[in-house]
Amino acid sequence: MPDLLLELFSEEIPARMQAKAAEDLRRMVTDKLVAEGLVYEGAKAFATPRRLALTVHGIPVRQPDLKDERKGPKIGAPDAAVQGFLKATGLKSLDEAKIQKDPKKGDFYVALIEKPGRPAIDVLADILPVIVRTFPWPKSMRWGERSAKPGALQWVRPLHSIIATFGPETEEPEIIKFDIAGIEAGQVTRGHRFMAPAEISVRRFEDYEAKLQAAKVVLDPARRKDIILADAKELAFAQGFELVEDQVLLDEVSGLIEWPVVLMGSFDESFLSIPGEVIRATIRNNQKCFVVRDAKSGKLANRFILVANIEASDGGKAIVAGNERVIRARLSDAKFFYETDLKTKLEDRLPKFEQIVFHEKLGTQAERIARIERLAAEIAPLVGADVAKAKRAAKLAKADLLTEAVGEFPEVQGLMGKYYAQAAGEDASVAAAIEEHYKPQGPGDRVPSDPVSIAVALADKIDILTGFWAIDEKPTGSKDPFALRRAALGVIRLVADNGIRLPLLSIFGKAAKSHDKSDLLAFFADRLKVQLREQGARHDLVDAVFALGGQDDLLMVIRRVEALGKFLESDDGKNLLAGTKRASNILAIEEKKDKRKFDGAPDASLYKLDEEKALAKAIDQVKADAGAALAKEDFAAAMAAMAKLRPAVDAFFDKVKVNDDDPKVRENRLKLLNEIRSATRAVADFSKIQD
Amino acid sequence: MDSLPPHMRPERSFQGLILTLQRYWADYGCVILQPYDMEVGAGTFHPATTLRALGPKRWNAAYVQPSRRPKDGRYGENPNRLQHYYQFQVILKPSPPDIQDLYLKSLAAIGVDSALHDIRFVEDDWESPTLGAWGLGWECWCDGMEVSQFTYFQQVAGVECAPVAGELTYGLERLAMYVQGVDRVYDLNFNGREGADKVTYGDVFLQAEQEYSRHNFEHSDTAMLFEQFKMAEGACKKYLEAGWQENLKEPGKKERHLMALPAYDQCIKASHVFNLLDARGVISVTERQSYILRVRELAKACGEAWVHTEAGGA
Repeated sequence: MPDLLLELFSEEIPARMQAKAAEDLRRMVTDKLVAEGLVYEGAKAFATPRRLALTVHGIPVRQPDLKDERKGPKIGAPDAAVQGFLKATGLKSLDEAKIQKDPKKGDFYVALIEKPGRPAIDVLADILPVIVRTFPWPKSMRWGERSAKPGALQWVRPLHSIIATFGPETEEPEIIKFDIAGIEAGQVTRGHRFMAPAEISVRRFEDYEAKLQAAKVVLDPARRKDIILADAKELAFAQGFELVEDQVLLDEVSGLIEWPVVLMGSFDESFLSIPGEVIRATIRNNQKCFVVRDAKSGKLANRFILVANIEASDGGKAIVAGNERVIRARLSDAKFFYETDLKTKLEDRLPKFEQIVFHEKLGTQAERIARIERLAAEIAPLVGADVAKAKRAAKLAKADLLTEAVGEFPEVQGLMGKYYAQAAGEDASVAAAIEEHYKPQGPGDRVPSDPVSIAVALADKIDILTGFWAIDEKPTGSKDPFALRRAALGVIRLVADNGIRLPLLSIFGKAAKSHDKSDLLAFFADRLKVQLREQGARHDLVDAVFALGGQDDLLMVIRRVEALGKFLESDDGKNLLAGTKRASNILAIEEKKDKRKFDGAPDASLYKLDEEKALAKAIDQVKADAGAALAKEDFAAAMAAMAKLRPAVDAFFDKVKVNDDDPKVRENRLKLLNEIRSATRAVADFSKIQD
Repeated sequence: MDSLPPHMRPERSFQGLILTLQRYWADYGCVILQPYDMEVGAGTFHPATTLRALGPKRWNAAYVQPSRRPKDGRYGENPNRLQHYYQFQVILKPSPPDIQDLYLKSLAAIGVDSALHDIRFVEDDWESPTLGAWGLGWECWCDGMEVSQFTYFQQVAGVECAPVAGELTYGLERLAMYVQGVDRVYDLNFNGREGADKVTYGDVFLQAEQEYSRHNFEHSDTAMLFEQFKMAEGACKKYLEAGWQENLKEPGKKERHLMALPAYDQCIKASHVFNLLDARGVISVTERQSYILRVRELAKACGEAWVHTEAGGA
């Protein structure tokens, strides 16, 4: 079966957009093919700075013929209905329609429409231009002469040529004929901008990829990454260094080149007096170069690795020299920033925050810092931190935002604060907390464990959450400009990883801004669910625990959920869940029927059967045992106690008819069922658990 | 190139670099203009770019524009940062299909050999909040150094560009430092002479950098500047108002504008005065936003007026 080759050749596509664009192209073309009845065998998309390419193989030559029966009007229906039917189905007259018998409602016409499948190449000629015109670039633009008119083609950068060929492996493929904004699809592309700028004519994917390789273009981004990584490691190793690996940088760099050439440069050793993170940030962010460390000491070395896009005629000497000069200038700036920063104590920077607005409705940075400081002091005793140190750290935590180094490299915020605090002789855990109070930043980030850091990290996050809740600017859909989800998740991880008991509602009460506390708690519940789902745990159990009400201690919620999850994996757990649900269902029906609740203690004198008595006894026992376990916060033991309920519940449902003819007995049995429900509610609301 | 004397050669003198670029773009067919006679923050502010980028008429021009960024002054102590520097600006409307090649050939003309150097187009979306303008394009890198900005204008002064213009902005000092192999801007050879006849960039500008840094950060008369901002804003609006010529048959319908350029001068003036105030640190963060907005409103009104003038295509 034939293959499709598509290439969209343009001016340089931003590195950050390439991977998604390749994936979008693959998805859009293959979705459209399938929608057109063309089921393909496989597809793969690629991106380089100058091209998006797609190969789809095993596409049928033609669409399958379509047969469709369309029901029409009754025999003898008014002419308007008949005409409408003919028009909709394309029949010339009713003679072409079939008559379907229907003794009940009367016979009616049926049109048999046969739509012959079109050649796949024609279908492609229709769908490809639409895909190009509706391609979801994050930002696109118009260009050139044609941009004077409305409706001009938009692309990420000017689009220059299109390859679109279709055909079986063994034959010469055909060009798919279409035209977009004056660009006619063909079979010609170009190689590397500088090393092989001539036109290349290609037929299908195999020779496309091979000819590009010969023309100094590595089409596959994964291969470009492999080459860069392998060459960079080898180059570093050969000189006794180790590459500091950096996946994000690697992704970006591989999107800036079509032909990776890895080179090494150096900078003056005296720059190593600047903190390593700042050197790395300078070299990485501004120059897109990697840093290396000494293989023995593990310390940053005065070398860097750059990835050029060209095999230069002098072997790369000029390129290295040029990059070294830029890096020297950048490091001079960084060193100047660092040394200037050291001259001013963090504390002396604070007054300036009074002039800086944090958020229009939440006041200045100074006000925010004061709030964090107060909150950190409240939280400190709960996490075992020294109150004075937590306050001090909270006070200084944001001060490095006003330093030159952080102004230049925002990602070293916190870290620079730590260095400057150390230089000013601050307490070690205060300095550490300045760095760590931003943590954890994301799911992969480290969670601080020093109590002072924990107190300030919690205070920072809870202040931002309660603040934005107070002004009702909560995350919606994909919009979360203040990273509030991340903040809530950070609180969850701080609490969970450090085993901290934190009564959230009362802490929310301590926050300066008044807000809807239960809504914020629900937000935490949602975050916890997402977190557990990502860990592969059952998120419905979170609902079951939060449904108990008053659950604002995240650590206890997590422990309950864990214990519940384990319990429900056991046979006892499953059966007890089934029994409890059965009890709940019956109760729900009967409560609805009688329009009343069946709460209150059952009357022991009304028990008629042994199973009733046994169940009542078991419930009393379980309540006592589970209650004792819960008092010790031993959820596993509470569950184990609960498990003992199972045989009695099973036997009860086996032998006892709930809806007894005697209304008093029936009421009593329903009350007993309610007891099952309330006994299990000691650990969770079982009705919220999904089967 | 070798036949040229050093004082005309791009890799030997700052002036030679400028002359070479002017010559290259003149050969292409650009109008070679002279700098605009007002203080501006970038070459884009020159009406030859801001206003001429609007409207349907073809327009190819190139010029040097001294640019002032009061905040970037460093008293002459930083080897790279200046509060006054030169941009070389090229504007091509509509953007020609081979504009990237044209740019690369201009680099070749000033001695940047693409077989020897690593030239890259790195994403850089351009936006000027004060001009109400945006475009997509790149920073052009040569061996890791940004030497130019390359932008396809999509909107200028709040008006959609139809057709789109391509803008190239060369950072002349950086390029010159690169081709001359100099690490400190003040060491650039300005006139290509050696010995007693040599004039460096520092000879021409170092004292100015020191004096203007003092002025911009410490002594500029802020009371006067606040007043000047208001006056420029008021004058801009007044000229715009006075410039509208109504259709005689349909009163109220704006048809022609007769004073877009003088009005725009006042917009440029307001923008520069704002930059001076900003450098003095007398504008708070929130106020800053509102000043930017006020300048943008002027720029947009000027753009609207311009497209109702002869050169704007009305």
